[in-house]
Amino acid sequence: MLKAIGLRSVDELFAPIPAEYRLSRDLKVPRQMAESEIVDYFRQRSRENGEGYTSFLGAGAYAHYRPVIIDSLISRGEFLTAYTPYQAEISQGTLQSIFEFQTMICELTGMEVANASMYDGSTAAAEAVMMAVRLTGRRSVVVAKSLHPEYREVLATYATHQGMPLSVAGFGADGRVNVSELEKLITAETAAVLIQSPNFFGTIENVAAIADLAHKNGAMLVVSIAEAVSLGIVEPPREADVIAMEAQSFGVPLGFGGPYCGVIATREKYVRQMPGRLVGQTVDKQGRRGFVLTLATREQHIRREKATSNICTNQALVALMVNIFMTVYGKVGLKELAKQNLAKTAYATGQFAKHGKLLFAGAPRFNEFVVDTGEDPKAINHRLLERKIVGGLPLKKFYPELGNAALWCCTELTTRSSIDTAVGLVAESDGVKRSANEDAAVEEVAR
Amino acid sequence: MKHETRKATLHVNQNEGLIFEKSSAGKAAWKLPPLDVPEVDTAKLLGSSERKDFGNMPEVSEIEIIRHFTRLSTWNYAIDLGMYPLGSCTMKYNPRVNEAVARVEGIANGHPYQPEKISQGALQILKTLSECLIDITGMDAITMQPAAGAHGEMTGLLMVRAYHHSKGRPRKKILIPDSAHGTNPATAAMVDYAVENLKSDSRGMVDIAALEAQMNEDVAALMLTNPNTLGVFEQQIHKIADILHAKGGLLYMDGANMNALVGKVRPGDFGVDVMHLNLHKTFSTPHGGGGPGSGPVAIKKILEPFLPTPVLVTKADGALTFNYDRPQSVGRVRAFYGNFGMFVRALAYIQANGPDGLRQTTEDAVLNANYIRKGLEGTYDLPYSTPTMHEVVFSDKLQAKKGVRTMDIAKRLIDYGFHPYTTAFPLIVPGALMIEPTESESKEEMDLFVEAMKSIAQEVEEDPQTVLDAPHSTRVSRLDETAAARKPVLRWKPAV
Repeated sequence: MLKAIGLRSVDELFAPIPAEYRLSRDLKVPRQMAESEIVDYFRQRSRENGEGYTSFLGAGAYAHYRPVIIDSLISRGEFLTAYTPYQAEISQGTLQSIFEFQTMICELTGMEVANASMYDGSTAAAEAVMMAVRLTGRRSVVVAKSLHPEYREVLATYATHQGMPLSVAGFGADGRVNVSELEKLITAETAAVLIQSPNFFGTIENVAAIADLAHKNGAMLVVSIAEAVSLGIVEPPREADVIAMEAQSFGVPLGFGGPYCGVIATREKYVRQMPGRLVGQTVDKQGRRGFVLTLATREQHIRREKATSNICTNQALVALMVNIFMTVYGKVGLKELAKQNLAKTAYATGQFAKHGKLLFAGAPRFNEFVVDTGEDPKAINHRLLERKIVGGLPLKKFYPELGNAALWCCTELTTRSSIDTAVGLVAESDGVKRSANEDAAVEEVAR
Repeated sequence: MKHETRKATLHVNQNEGLIFEKSSAGKAAWKLPPLDVPEVDTAKLLGSSERKDFGNMPEVSEIEIIRHFTRLSTWNYAIDLGMYPLGSCTMKYNPRVNEAVARVEGIANGHPYQPEKISQGALQILKTLSECLIDITGMDAITMQPAAGAHGEMTGLLMVRAYHHSKGRPRKKILIPDSAHGTNPATAAMVDYAVENLKSDSRGMVDIAALEAQMNEDVAALMLTNPNTLGVFEQQIHKIADILHAKGGLLYMDGANMNALVGKVRPGDFGVDVMHLNLHKTFSTPHGGGGPGSGPVAIKKILEPFLPTPVLVTKADGALTFNYDRPQSVGRVRAFYGNFGMFVRALAYIQANGPDGLRQTTEDAVLNANYIRKGLEGTYDLPYSTPTMHEVVFSDKLQAKKGVRTMDIAKRLIDYGFHPYTTAFPLIVPGALMIEPTESESKEEMDLFVEAMKSIAQEVEEDPQTVLDAPHSTRVSRLDETAAARKPVLRWKPAV
């Protein structure tokens, strides 16, 4: 090949790079490894990473069963190793599957249009709010304190340089948005109200009342849904103007926090302000049905600095996992699945209530609940960890005012016996006298 | 009995309908275990929040789902099927060991909030990959949080903004060459910077005189892709950096084309202050039909205080932990820690290559691009004769005389069994054909590609209509994109 090009050495190809910048040493990266060594390396890391533990963690990342066919299908090279479907004639597989994904997201959320995916639930929420800012021509935003705290942080980052003042509406004794506080925060400048339902505490918000408040003042309501399985049994927030979803629960592995699958769904009339890719139906020259990426004039590769967002790469393959999951469970399965989650949680809350104080008991909930214990939840978790159980998420870091409260989660995968074991260990609270030694160990468990 | 041979396009494989059209009540592909806790009264627990209506969600069996998606998959082109010469997209082979290790239990199922004590495996992966990427880029620190390249650009510019703010001099604009990706100006706008266009010189590089004239203390940074989108290395890169630095500006590098540099030259050594990488380009994580990606941002020391939270640190006892106490941080850009599954794959790729392999990868990528350039020079117009790195840009100037444009040639290429190259980009080349073979292609595959491109050029001379009507071999012919945009149908609805 060098001869064909008329060169003597590969080095000549790099002649355009000034010599003083060329690297004359080896990179400091691990030595070349055989496939067997690579597999071994990651198996070892896996053993250091909670392999074999039972977990009661949720908080925006949920452990649900993943049907085997998801990985069989997404592992097909034609899906796995394809690029963004710009060349429609040889991308109909990806395009049609996204069209089906968009349709099912609409069916489940009660919205009229959905995009092909966003990075995750947090960035989807931030982008949905920015969409409302463009649509209303207003700039300020009211955010529920019961929204995932990390989603709130992401929105704050996105808002910093957009001149978007944020205010935070607290929650009441039932864990839901304090509506009278919210009412005071909404002004004629409010572009959007952003809430989550079921919210960070697992409680289902009174979406209709909040929508009324927002709409009465000309603001838009953006609802974040972090636990997609809730849609199997909880009425979707149909009153919302924009829904920003995290679809991880639908067949996406926990994967230490990503990749996940954000989605934005909204009303047809707002579609031209939507960020992200959209697939639309059309026909070919012979009139046959086909699918293409459409309304691209919203996007960065056409509009550059005037685009609705800078998003380019999205989460396509993860959206395909979500798509297959929705197809597997379908109309009946999603409901039955959600019902099992509800039942496990109802049982767990009943058991936990015997040994700790169940916070926010006054409102309906899906699969998460907050337990306030006399003892520091980190100490409880330390005990649980010895039994290979990961307890609820201590909330002090995000909500110092909640003291010794922790957020617990049950899904269809949580067994009655693990609930009973965990409750038993929580019950030891009262009798436990911790030594200084144990206190030190507790710090290690803390995040 | 009358026999009728059906056309392939009528075959069931080729006419798979929408999943909703296969649905019928009672079919199911799921099974839940018996409930080990008491049943609940949903109406009592949820009241008016109980869902009643499931719209048109499908009901299908498992074999139908398998066939549905398998049939759909056969309508896709993929790297696994053949060469994917998309310029600036770096469509290289996606090693299968990456997929295998990403699915090991503790890695696939780790919860982002599980105690750090039982997260050391994941944190170790994060640390090792970070160290590799820092050395590969020649930078001082890195954040792995951004979910894709454009997200990385935003994170990088947020840090640039925070840096200037800390100096007490917030600046107003970002300089962006006319050859840049669309994400660059879109990102600058998201971070509330004005965009000022910087023109390229006759060799396709930054016009140094123009840069000197445009550089002043209102300029926060220059966003530069290097090698640029013409596949040309900015030979005056040190001068560019000096001009910026002299006036207090920063040099941002879009790392989309890092596949031309790994192991051979490091951006940190030629004056770059901040840059993003695309793990889904340079480091072999699969494109998956459009994502997921991962866009780590590597920075010089001066920007370290502004890294997004949390930052991974090593404790005195050697354990890894996240530090959230970062008062000057730009904040979080994503929940949790980034697209972790992509980190696993990227690290496996680095391990499979080692220092020698990474260097050779870069050399092969550049060699391949030059081999294609040599093969097609003369047949297609080469607007810039500057030396080529990992990708080469031709124009359709010669073919346009016959009314055939770059998109038509691209569509015809499909009939020859190749994915099209990148069309009509970069914008500074009218009718661009942007070709990046990557290191994955063999000489045999590239010879076939060159032959196909030459054959198309000949068709343009002899029978341009064949090219204009292409593709001829696909399940559907050219699709009406105008109609799709005029009256958008973005979801399926049952016939009424």
